[in-house]
Amino acid sequence: MFLSQPTLPYYLVLGAILFAISVIGIFLNRRNVIMMLMAIELMLLAVNLNFVAFAHYLDDTAGQIFVFFILTVAAAESAIGLAILVLLFRNVGTIDVEELGRLKG
Amino acid sequence: MTFQTAIFWAFAAILVAAALCVIMSRNPVHSALWLVLCFFTSAGVWLLLHAEFLAIVLVLVYVGAVMVLFLFVVMMLDVNFDRLRERWRSYIPVGWTVGILVLVEMGLVLIGGYLAPASAPAPAAAPASFSNTRSLGLQLYTDYAYPLEIAAVLLLVAIIAAIALTHRERRESKYQNPSGQVRVRPGDRLRILKMPAEKREP
Repeated sequence: MFLSQPTLPYYLVLGAILFAISVIGIFLNRRNVIMMLMAIELMLLAVNLNFVAFAHYLDDTAGQIFVFFILTVAAAESAIGLAILVLLFRNVGTIDVEELGRLKG
Repeated sequence: MTFQTAIFWAFAAILVAAALCVIMSRNPVHSALWLVLCFFTSAGVWLLLHAEFLAIVLVLVYVGAVMVLFLFVVMMLDVNFDRLRERWRSYIPVGWTVGILVLVEMGLVLIGGYLAPASAPAPAAAPASFSNTRSLGLQLYTDYAYPLEIAAVLLLVAIIAAIALTHRERRESKYQNPSGQVRVRPGDRLRILKMPAEKREP
């Protein structure tokens, strides 16, 4: 297995491992908003790897075009997520997820 | 073992190790830096998959902009991270169980690939003049022009949202109000009083 040319399943399993690691990351860091945002970036990276692998092995650039749009959406989402994080810190003084539950009606 | 195979295994190992360091690190600045290593390594993996443009875009956009933004925010906020890791040890069993279950399920789906390697053979090598950027650009601006415009609008919405959320008015600054200045009428500035002329005593 280690000596042969990597085929499609090799890349897909690598993407699956990254996805599982990011799910574990969300479980472990469930109180820390910054770490959860970073785990989401890892998840998006795993999905992008999947798309690029399929684009290569099925000889269709549509996979790469979709990665384009995923990158766009991920950049926009992390910008807004960090803006919300900064606001949370300004108002509450901590980035604990449990503090998000305090609604002032 | 060809050079490409060796590169693939090396990059895959670095990628998985860096991803584990991201989630387990005590200091979020370290996590952000491990994530930067993840992105660089996966750019290398994408180069193996002949996606040159996307690999460079990953480094320029994701590492150069998004991760720098993360580092700004992490270093700007003065957070007490020890308190957030208080019950970290108790989350480990559940987290690893769920993660390994997710991985096993995905592996079971993909295992069919190992049994039928002919289903996705490696594509023929493209000629040396083939430009990945060019073919992406040709498709993006013709078949996918509408999603491209929508993505541009999405980025604009993200800019406006991020600024509107975090903008703070500076209370001590004085500024002009041009529309109020233009709307001024003479009656607002000048008031004419009719008074009888005063006669001086001779």
